Amino acid sequence: MTPLPVFSPARLWAMVVKEFIQMRRDRLTFGMMIGIPLIQLMLFGFAINSDPKHLATAVLMADRTPHARTILQAIRTSGYFDFVREVQSEGEGGELLARGEIQFLVTVPSGFSRELLRGERPVLLLEADATDPAATGNAVASLKALLGSALQHELQGPFAHLATTAEPFELRIHPRYNPEGITQYNIVPGLMGVVLTMTMVMITGLAITRERERGTMENLLSMVPRPLEVLIGKIVPYILVGYVQVCLILLAARFVFNVPMVGSLVLLLAVVMVFIIANLAVGITFSTIARNQLQAVQMTFFFFLPSILLSGFMFPFRGMPRWAQYIGEVLPLTHFLRIIRGVLLKGNGLGEIWPQIWQIGLFVLVAVVIAVKRYRRTLD
Amino acid sequence: MSGELAIDVKGMTKQFDGVIAVNAIDLQLRRGEICGFLGPNGSGKTTFIRMLCGLLRPDGGSGSCLGFDVIRESEAIRKEVGYMTQRFSFYEDLTIAENLDFVARMFSLPGRKAAVAESLEQLGLAGRRNQLAGELSGGWKQRLALAACMLHRPQLLLLDEPTAGVDPKARRDFWDRIHELAGAGITVLVSTHYMDEARRCHNLAYLSYGNLLVHGTPDEIAGDATLEEVFIRLTEASTDNYQP
Ligand SMILES: Nc1ncnc2c1ncn2[C@@H]1O[C@H](COP(=O)(O)OP(=O)(O)OP(=O)(O)O)[C@@H](O)[C@H]1O
Ligand SMILES: [Mg+2]
Repeated sequence: MTPLPVFSPARLWAMVVKEFIQMRRDRLTFGMMIGIPLIQLMLFGFAINSDPKHLATAVLMADRTPHARTILQAIRTSGYFDFVREVQSEGEGGELLARGEIQFLVTVPSGFSRELLRGERPVLLLEADATDPAATGNAVASLKALLGSALQHELQGPFAHLATTAEPFELRIHPRYNPEGITQYNIVPGLMGVVLTMTMVMITGLAITRERERGTMENLLSMVPRPLEVLIGKIVPYILVGYVQVCLILLAARFVFNVPMVGSLVLLLAVVMVFIIANLAVGITFSTIARNQLQAVQMTFFFFLPSILLSGFMFPFRGMPRWAQYIGEVLPLTHFLRIIRGVLLKGNGLGEIWPQIWQIGLFVLVAVVIAVKRYRRTLD
Repeated sequence: MSGELAIDVKGMTKQFDGVIAVNAIDLQLRRGEICGFLGPNGSGKTTFIRMLCGLLRPDGGSGSCLGFDVIRESEAIRKEVGYMTQRFSFYEDLTIAENLDFVARMFSLPGRKAAVAESLEQLGLAGRRNQLAGELSGGWKQRLALAACMLHRPQLLLLDEPTAGVDPKARRDFWDRIHELAGAGITVLVSTHYMDEARRCHNLAYLSYGNLLVHGTPDEIAGDATLEEVFIRLTEASTDNYQP
């Protein structure tokens, strides 16, 4: 007797070929795969606004004077800004912005106080990560209103005339990455993640339950496939479908919505693979848990809702309560949004998006382990 | 393969939610034997066959199938068994040829293309090779399923109502083929509701409410009466016993 191999590439290939043929013949599903991205693109062309507070802010203090501190205090009391870091250089702050660890960088230039007292209207610099305009818009607006009165207590006596002038100093705002604050720039790339989450999870979610419902599982099991052969065999063909969707949305982003593409498309296309696999793996895991196709669809929605609500797609991530952020951190979509916005709008390289990639990778691993554990080799 | 017995199991038992579907069945089949598996609907035939090839985990019982332990080596058994399911379980959205090809690949059959072509030829399906399985008539589906489960040249055939819905001529051809295979040393356990088919088996096993009521040759069982009469009587008697 020849021992049963743990994993046979030949049998995996048999599964892949079979799934490919079935996919090709299933016109309705295939049409849905193409139709959903197009419809979503139309629907989400507009922005969804909200008013997040306590946004992570770093400060570069080149001038440690009471005036500077008073201004920072005023900024803090607005409620929109949380000073989480003090950086030592412009470069360090820029890096934090690029990695998305902070939303704002406030720079108090050297000689700020001196120039202020001389009435030279020094510049206070606020750099904002404006990839998601909804997240920064209100914060920036509040700042403009607040700064006029910030120094009223400091500027008294001989300096009182400074407080009454239009503005004792100038607030200069540098919106980075999306200077015009166009929401489509943020929505359209995000949509790619949303569409992939919805369709990829659904399609593999049906994969094993369908075999059970149609009775074909009995025959399949009698041919003794290993769990991984079945699971991977059902995932592989749909990676291709995922890429078709990605290309559709990228084309629309470029030519319909004029989204700028700063970073490397090749890098993006390579990284998208991890995200597609993550969603297919979630689906296949649901498929091993659900008893029938209806349950699988319900589970898909159960996964889809938090993904769309808590990932930073619908509402700015930093505007969400802490517990919601914790949930969001688990979801692949959250990390993918950071990747795609980072690469497309900020020109992030592999180094900057790596933390997001491995977190999705970890998610895949956990999903596959659960799927293999839950996969039943008998009909019981 | 060890021993002369292809199937040798004792006390095979299966419950579904506390309801006994198969109750402590002992069964032995010699190699090359054709055993007819009879019994009214719901008597546990399908459940028993599924346990033999490891698709259902028995709640009790032990034994061997083709020399492999039925509990521990069920996957090894499945590789050597041709199991034809009662319900058509091939892919309706694949063509006949694609279905056979899939099976051949799953068993890593050497000379896959030739084996598939030969099997199509033998079952008279060559002309319909590119027809979707789902578009076939009931009888043709059965023939496809049969061709597929024999593709990897198994030592033991477990056929669950293989001729249900098949026309008389095709049924006779089928039974001729079964005898041919048995002559070559292949063991066949075949469930059926047709008494003329039961007549053509070496041995019969009759199940009712999960119990094996009779086991013997058709002549032993029928005596002067017809098989049909005997089984209807058996069914009625056991139904009375089990009525609350
Ligand atoms: N998966 C299952 N879950 C619960 N009960 C089951 C299951 N499979 C079979 N049964 C029950 O076990 C009993 C035996 O069923 P089985 O299918 O083995 O009968 P059968 O002899 O093959 O009948 P038929 O001649 O109609 O094919 C029946 O009462 C059936 O309802
Ligand atoms: Mg049955």
